[in-house]
Amino acid sequence: MVCTNKEKIDELKKYMDEVMRNPYPESYLIAVLHKAQELYGYLDREIMDLVSETMSIPTAKIWGVATFYHFFNLKPQGKHSIFVCLGTACHIKGSGEILDLIRTKLNIEIGETTPDGFFTLRETRCLGACGLAPVVMIDDKIYGNLTRDKMISILDGFKRK
Amino acid sequence: MQEKITIFINGKEYKVNPNQTIMKAADSLGFHIPRLCYHPRLSIEGACRVCIVEVEGMKNFVASCSHPVSENMRILTNTKELREARKDIVELILANHPDDCHICERDGNCELQRLAYSMGIRERAFVGEKKHYEMDLSSPSVVRDPDKCILCGRCVRLCSEIQGVNALGYASRGFKTVVMPAYDMPFSESVCTTCGQCINVCPTAAFTEKNCAAELFEKLDDKELIKVVQVAPSVRAAIGEAFGIPAGRNMEGELVAALRRLGFDYVFDTQFGADLTIMEEASEFLQRVKGNGKLPMITSCSSAWMKYLEQFAPDLIENVSTCKSPMSMTGALLKTYFPQKIGVDAKKVLSIASMCCTAKKYEAQRPELMVDGMRAVDCVITTRETAWMIKSAGIDFLNLEKEKFDEPFGISTGAATIFGITGGVMEAAIRTAYEMYMGEPLNDIEVNAVRGFAGVKEGKVNMGGTEIRVAVAHGLGNAAKLLDLIRKEPDRFHFIEIMGCPGGCIGGGGQPYAGANSVPLDENNLRKRAEALYNFDREKTIRRSHENPDIIKLYEEYLGKPLGEKSHKLLHTNYKQHFPKGVIDKTNRNI
Repeated sequence: MVCTNKEKIDELKKYMDEVMRNPYPESYLIAVLHKAQELYGYLDREIMDLVSETMSIPTAKIWGVATFYHFFNLKPQGKHSIFVCLGTACHIKGSGEILDLIRTKLNIEIGETTPDGFFTLRETRCLGACGLAPVVMIDDKIYGNLTRDKMISILDGFKRK
Repeated sequence: MQEKITIFINGKEYKVNPNQTIMKAADSLGFHIPRLCYHPRLSIEGACRVCIVEVEGMKNFVASCSHPVSENMRILTNTKELREARKDIVELILANHPDDCHICERDGNCELQRLAYSMGIRERAFVGEKKHYEMDLSSPSVVRDPDKCILCGRCVRLCSEIQGVNALGYASRGFKTVVMPAYDMPFSESVCTTCGQCINVCPTAAFTEKNCAAELFEKLDDKELIKVVQVAPSVRAAIGEAFGIPAGRNMEGELVAALRRLGFDYVFDTQFGADLTIMEEASEFLQRVKGNGKLPMITSCSSAWMKYLEQFAPDLIENVSTCKSPMSMTGALLKTYFPQKIGVDAKKVLSIASMCCTAKKYEAQRPELMVDGMRAVDCVITTRETAWMIKSAGIDFLNLEKEKFDEPFGISTGAATIFGITGGVMEAAIRTAYEMYMGEPLNDIEVNAVRGFAGVKEGKVNMGGTEIRVAVAHGLGNAAKLLDLIRKEPDRFHFIEIMGCPGGCIGGGGQPYAGANSVPLDENNLRKRAEALYNFDREKTIRRSHENPDIIKLYEEYLGKPLGEKSHKLLHTNYKQHFPKGVIDKTNRNI
């Protein structure tokens, strides 16, 4: 289980300890969940239980926050996360086609992870790079002015690494 | 006294107190603004927008549940535009609600249905996508049907603000929002205490009890079985409401007659079990006072409280009395002493309990409470299910000749009657413990300190120079406050009563739905039910459990003495920590 990694747990606990010293510590719930996701890539039930007990916030409330924001992942993520921008500019410039291409090539739907755990496919709204539309963000890097061929070679490039 | 301010409602001038909402001011003047998500005992959500009114000078309609009155405010509550807007709002709610009123559990008792009718909605104006989710049937007590949910949030607020349990929350967003337990787990694997208060406050049928009335009808036809039912004190105090009579009339005689007509061979009184509980519990308390066991001792009659204890407060398990609830004590005797007495095989006894409670359905299936490999209570029906069965069988409940309970579990004392009200178990226990300790009866039999509806009540009883300090809490949110006090000051109290539901059992999760002119959990309604039981206590000639002649006989014939070997086996149990662990919301300023 995820809790077995002592270093990560300690880091999360340390972060929560700091937060708990503030007035109204419960208002830091989102920040704590961000931290947990940064460490684990997603929010595991065990982690949410730990946050609940440490911060005295009922799990039903934490679950509410975790499911409300699209940013939070509730399932383990692949090694690399592909975010296809479906904002207005990218949409006009053909992001739908790029999305279809990735879906077919990796054989997964939005929100899913490839069976080898390598890629997770996700959609996103505007990334603020409309000048480069259509854009895709893989992990934290933006790839712009995409065409079918360019997209294929980017994906292949990741596979070769 | 603050000075009154002037407001105008529909053109007429009124003087009202400041610092209140438009809705409250309008209520006090006889204008009932339509409402849905609003509940007087819960925080203001302002989610449904049904209670909108027009305020002169304001661009938009305002929600009257949350908007305060101000000097010279001109309010309109019933204009053409408002009527249309409210109608649209309710029509939009209906657009995402199943079209199955005629086969719905709440048909005729549904706030949404009543609202739609009063808005003049006679057809469906909007047709669109409807949500569809599986029903959660995992809990032995409460069924959750998200399709019926209109997201008013009353259950979420109640579970958090009154009960402090937080079993429910909103998950996801927008069209996909669902009220559910954490992690989308089934109810049975959540912190839900099965109190059933979500059923009471739900305006629709998104929460209902796990109904077993239809199943029971089949069993009642079985000629091989000895069909036995026991009835909780609070059922008789409230069941009349399900037949349209005002709260506060004790329907014991009619109820006994109706249950016989339903086909029960024996109709027994759970109050007999309550007297028995007092014998055991008072003895246990005195034993603890003498240094044998932990103090303060906490009562264990309320099954929702027991589940709460095991998940939220396992550190206090040792403080809780080992006594089973009156229902389970009676049930244990129904599968042992009773069949022996009438000379039948215990396996032939069908033991049913009519309870004001949904948590008793959970309690009945607890493995710790099995007797000789049998369930002590085979099936629990709520007051609502009992009323439904009586109606369904075509029994003219209100005009029945009153009948009496059967022997040997039919006689009970006034002390047992008041078990249904917050503070009642404490009062009953004091009446008996005092006499057991002092050897003389307690003169001032009505212990007023533990009566009333304050969240946490404290009192003192002088037992021959020893001061016994007691406390009472009802509703699990209040219980949490009292438990915190115990942790901080372990010596402050000797004896504590906790009931899971607001008001005690009379406010149980299985009681009749609020009618068209009342709101769920209405304190006036609870007061009337309480009064019915207090009056009943006053009318009884025997008001102390240890004076019940059948209880005395039961100990002589069968049990021996309180806390004896047989009592220990049949009437006592134990508790242990259960998971998932409950977390108390420290941000909830109510608790």
